Amino acid sequence: MSDVASTADGDLIAASDRTLPLWRQGLLAAVLWLATAGVTVGLPDVIPWGSAGLFAGLTAAVGLGLIALSVGVHRLGAVGRRLVHYGPWLIAVGVWFLVWEYTTAKTGWLPKPFFSPPHGLLNVYVVDGPRLLICVGYSLRLWAFGFFSGAAVGFLFGVALGWSERVNYWGMPVLKLIGPVPATAWIPAMFFFFPTTFLASVFLVALAGGIPVAILTASGVSSVNRSYYDVARTLGASRWFLVAKVAVPAALSHVFVGLFMGLYYSFAVLVVAEMLGSKYGLGWYISFQSAYSAYANVYATIIIMAVLCSGLVKLLFVARSRLLSWQEKELI
Amino acid sequence: MGALQSPSPARQQGALALEFRGVSHAYDIAGHPLDVLADIDLKLAPGEFVALLGPSGCGKSTLLRLAAGLEPPRSGSLLEDERPIVAPDPSRLLVFQDPTLFPWRTVRRNVATGLEARGLLPAEAPRIDKALSLVRLEAFADAYPRQLSGGMAQRVALARALVNDPGLLLLDEPFGKLDSLTRLAMQTEFVRLWRSVGFTALLVTHDVEEALLLAERIVVLSDRPARIVSEFPVDRAYPRNRADPHLVALRRQILAELGVDNG
Repeated sequence: MSDVASTADGDLIAASDRTLPLWRQGLLAAVLWLATAGVTVGLPDVIPWGSAGLFAGLTAAVGLGLIALSVGVHRLGAVGRRLVHYGPWLIAVGVWFLVWEYTTAKTGWLPKPFFSPPHGLLNVYVVDGPRLLICVGYSLRLWAFGFFSGAAVGFLFGVALGWSERVNYWGMPVLKLIGPVPATAWIPAMFFFFPTTFLASVFLVALAGGIPVAILTASGVSSVNRSYYDVARTLGASRWFLVAKVAVPAALSHVFVGLFMGLYYSFAVLVVAEMLGSKYGLGWYISFQSAYSAYANVYATIIIMAVLCSGLVKLLFVARSRLLSWQEKELI
Repeated sequence: MGALQSPSPARQQGALALEFRGVSHAYDIAGHPLDVLADIDLKLAPGEFVALLGPSGCGKSTLLRLAAGLEPPRSGSLLEDERPIVAPDPSRLLVFQDPTLFPWRTVRRNVATGLEARGLLPAEAPRIDKALSLVRLEAFADAYPRQLSGGMAQRVALARALVNDPGLLLLDEPFGKLDSLTRLAMQTEFVRLWRSVGFTALLVTHDVEEALLLAERIVVLSDRPARIVSEFPVDRAYPRNRADPHLVALRRQILAELGVDNG
């Protein structure tokens, strides 16, 4: 299918300003999205889910937009080429929405309450949006306190472990013993030790995020090429310079591996901690709503989590490619 | 620079004298001491260029590490201008076979490392450009090491040392890993640098030809533990010609000393 796009580009050069080629994948996607809108408003719901009109409006808008694009996408330059690249995805999502809508709201083939139609999820955002936003805020606050403090302590501890033989002698066995224990195993004990469940949760998220950072930083620092230190020492470097300007930058790619691992562990612990001991937050919201069999709310929340977590992973990737850009420079 | 000049270049003010006084050294390999240097006595006058020749693995590099102050000798002493060497100092700099540039720093920041470590930036920043132009790499100041060829990287390593105005440059087979054409160009380049800057140079190599083209004096070391076997002054003007009959004769003599019959 990709050769449709390439021959279209070829035609563009040859037949510069005559009739532009049709983006057939866009047109097919448009039909599917419009069909979803039609099914949503045209057929009655088995039971009312709410926001059917809004969902139909949104899918119809996408469908109409795709119709316009199927003619004009080649005028949009880079953005247009990106859209053409994702043509098969637009079709797949159209099919997905159409089938999902039909098998849940319209026929009830997939049983309620475990399944809900797309406009059921949309309705959750419409009705419960403010409360979800507050939950997002609480979860992000807990995650940020926990992850950043854990990563900072883990990084400093890791540098000390990799640098100092004495710290390594005492610290490494403890880290190797504690490290593999899933942070969730500490939950009952920590809720007892800390004065508030919030502090206990922050500690658990910090523990989950910090341990991989510490381990990877330590291995990064201790595997730095010794000649770098020799060179820096002859050039007049102090101990501080050797740590901060040689060991740390040399170990940075290891540190990022630790940060990525810590990021995933911290999400896992965050949600569990919220489910067990919070009064707000996305984890709390999921366990609270599932107690009422409000699965639409649960799915809607999982979608928010997916966007948040992958967004944070993406941010870390951006930070990494900024800081490690020297690894990616093209050869002259 | 004239084609034929006296072999002794203008001495730099800060060029250092270096002296090894009865230096012996050993490493512990799996609990057993391994002698690498035996009773080395060697004196370098300020501004002199001496080459150390010896079989590979004989302990030449150890001599340089001791002179740099990276580790103390087991016995004997090392002196720079009559003062004992106890720690690394930017007045005595090492250039390794690998350029060992910091890959996360641009060429300019690599060259700046010594000044930065000693807190001389930004006041002394103009010296960086001077050092880069000395090795003719001004155009690559903002490149990263992995973007450079082997010869360019080694020139950056030289600039990183020279920017500190070292009185003594310790060279550990600095051209050993370069392809032969680049090596020839770098050797010529290095003689030019030494003659114009005027530091004392101690070059470790196993390439007899390189020693003959560069050094004023060649010291031949024995197999491990290394001791000084013989010394050859090379009293020839720069730039030298490898076909010079005097050098060809010297080469045969030195190879015989090293135990290689067929010169």
